[in-house]
Amino acid sequence: MKLTKLLTSAAVALGLAAGAAWAQDKTKVGFVYVGPVGDGGWTYEHDQGRKAVETEFGDQVETVYVENVAEGPDAERVMTQMALEGADLIFTTSFGYMDPTINVAKKFPNVKFEHATGYKRADNVSTYSARFYEGRAVQGTIAGHMTESNIVGYIGSYPIPEVIRGINSAYIHAKKVNPDVQFKIVWAFTWFDPAKEADAAKVLIEQGADVILQHTDSTAPQAAAQAAGNVITFGQASDMSEYAPKPRVSSIIDNWAPYYIARTKAVIDGTWESVDTWDGIGAGMVGIGEITDAVPAEVKEAALAIKDSIANGTYHPFTGPLNKQDGSAWLAEGEVADDGTLAGMNFYVEGIEGDIPQ
Amino acid sequence: MDLSAINPVLLIASLMVAATPLLLAAIGELVVEKAGVLNLGVEGMMIVGAIAGFATAVESGSPFLGFIAAAIAGAALSILFAILTQFAQANQVASGLSLTLFGLGLSALMGQSYVGIKPPQMGDIHIPVLSDLPVVGPILFGHDIILYFGIALTAAVWWVLKYSRIGLVLRAVGENHDAAHALGYKVLKIRLMAIMFGGACAGLGGAYISLIRVPQWTEGMTAGIGWIALALVVFASWKPWRALLGAYLFGGVTVVQLNLQAAGVAIPVEYLAMSPYLITILVLVILSADKSSAPASLGRNFHASR
Repeated sequence: MKLTKLLTSAAVALGLAAGAAWAQDKTKVGFVYVGPVGDGGWTYEHDQGRKAVETEFGDQVETVYVENVAEGPDAERVMTQMALEGADLIFTTSFGYMDPTINVAKKFPNVKFEHATGYKRADNVSTYSARFYEGRAVQGTIAGHMTESNIVGYIGSYPIPEVIRGINSAYIHAKKVNPDVQFKIVWAFTWFDPAKEADAAKVLIEQGADVILQHTDSTAPQAAAQAAGNVITFGQASDMSEYAPKPRVSSIIDNWAPYYIARTKAVIDGTWESVDTWDGIGAGMVGIGEITDAVPAEVKEAALAIKDSIANGTYHPFTGPLNKQDGSAWLAEGEVADDGTLAGMNFYVEGIEGDIPQ
Repeated sequence: MDLSAINPVLLIASLMVAATPLLLAAIGELVVEKAGVLNLGVEGMMIVGAIAGFATAVESGSPFLGFIAAAIAGAALSILFAILTQFAQANQVASGLSLTLFGLGLSALMGQSYVGIKPPQMGDIHIPVLSDLPVVGPILFGHDIILYFGIALTAAVWWVLKYSRIGLVLRAVGENHDAAHALGYKVLKIRLMAIMFGGACAGLGGAYISLIRVPQWTEGMTAGIGWIALALVVFASWKPWRALLGAYLFGGVTVVQLNLQAAGVAIPVEYLAMSPYLITILVLVILSADKSSAPASLGRNFHASR
């Protein structure tokens, strides 16, 4: 009797377990982050996108994320772990994850991968990025008008095409409104290190910069600018509105949510394909944060005009005539840069001083 | 290239600020290791100190209270390490590493509602005549009080370790805990005190980053300074003044290389970026040619029955 009872309950338990396994056809979406979700910048915005996916699909999806993943072998380990745990779709959200993503994707042909800001694709690897340089054009316009010392400081992270595009775009548009403008560029060689970013900002300010543009992820340069007083900054990746109205006078906001929702939907529907997405202000992937009252009305107007003309496609930030740094011709009058050149951009435009670290 | 853009006075002043968190953490760890304990949890204690100090300063409006809270928080976390290693006899390396991981997680949790808030400012001291002197004023007399505290602490630790009885006992415990025990010294109690001192110093160093150097709270903001402090103690061959030199060198070269970059010096940026690590290690390795060695009982657990 006892044995029968035991067997029955075991059978019931087994049945329950099996039932649970069948019910588990949730789509699992993984995210690999380079910084902490609380960085207030790049990773924070990706995590907002992840939360939007959860809100949109509710019980249909399960999301997991791992933060502070170093670029390199560590990233490969994390992605493999996610794939082994049954993730259907994995977003890898930093440039340095490019090769690890391709490597892991080879081992898991049934798992879909999405790599941000890279250029290597495969049958199960898509790439996506935002045209941040469009936002940089707006920032450059404001920076050129606002600087009194004619020195604009720029904190770069790594010398990769995305960052170089940003520097070029900002410089071109600052120069357009202020021919005397000069860019001082410091490479931090990190995406996220608040103390180092703050040091870089302080150094630039000590050397006369009164506008600081950053391509690193934390809000530390904003704090340094605020402490220094008469310096303006721009929010990077996230609005960073806690530093508005000054030093933060505007920002580039990454809006990943619509893309993440669309791609998750594609996996659920079984329509996912490897694609290359590169959207800008027009498609809403790049947002321009509110331009504060610290900026004079006519400057604000000029900046918004640039923004609108980029959004409706009548103006491209890289429109000729433009020369490369060494003086050789790049774009003829009225010619527009093609996406291939932009994606692999490894040169400064004419007028910028200094060398790109190789 | 425009070297005239670099203002040497501001440069020296800001390298002192950049070096202070490192110095505080390194001096604390130096005392811990002199007592024969290897605590790899410096990074964890620093970041918990950073958020505890930040939160307290924001809530109370007083940066000074913040620093006290940071020291207490760092020491409290180090007690956890002390319980594990000194009383439960756990492996020091593993316990230290887990302390760092725990500290990073705990700080992220504690700091959730403090992202993007500005802390109250800690004013720089101002001595009427001295602070207004050209050159010397901004370098020597225009800083916040904690920076001077770091230097004073270095001097105090040096003096205590070298000349005082308590320093002698501490070193005895670190060199040979069995002999110290046989002489009647309370090995565990002394080590507990040293560990707590190290925790408090690391906490102060963390709070210096979140309250003065950056100043704001961001997750993971210590970004490896705790590990550099650990390495610094070894390269400084457990000598306080060398730790100070190492910290100033490291902070100094970090600031100098950013300055050189901004001034457009034609040295490849990669070399500049690695220079703080390279130069600091090089100088300290050359200095440590006198073969001063690690405390003999470093990393070994003590149990009275053995």
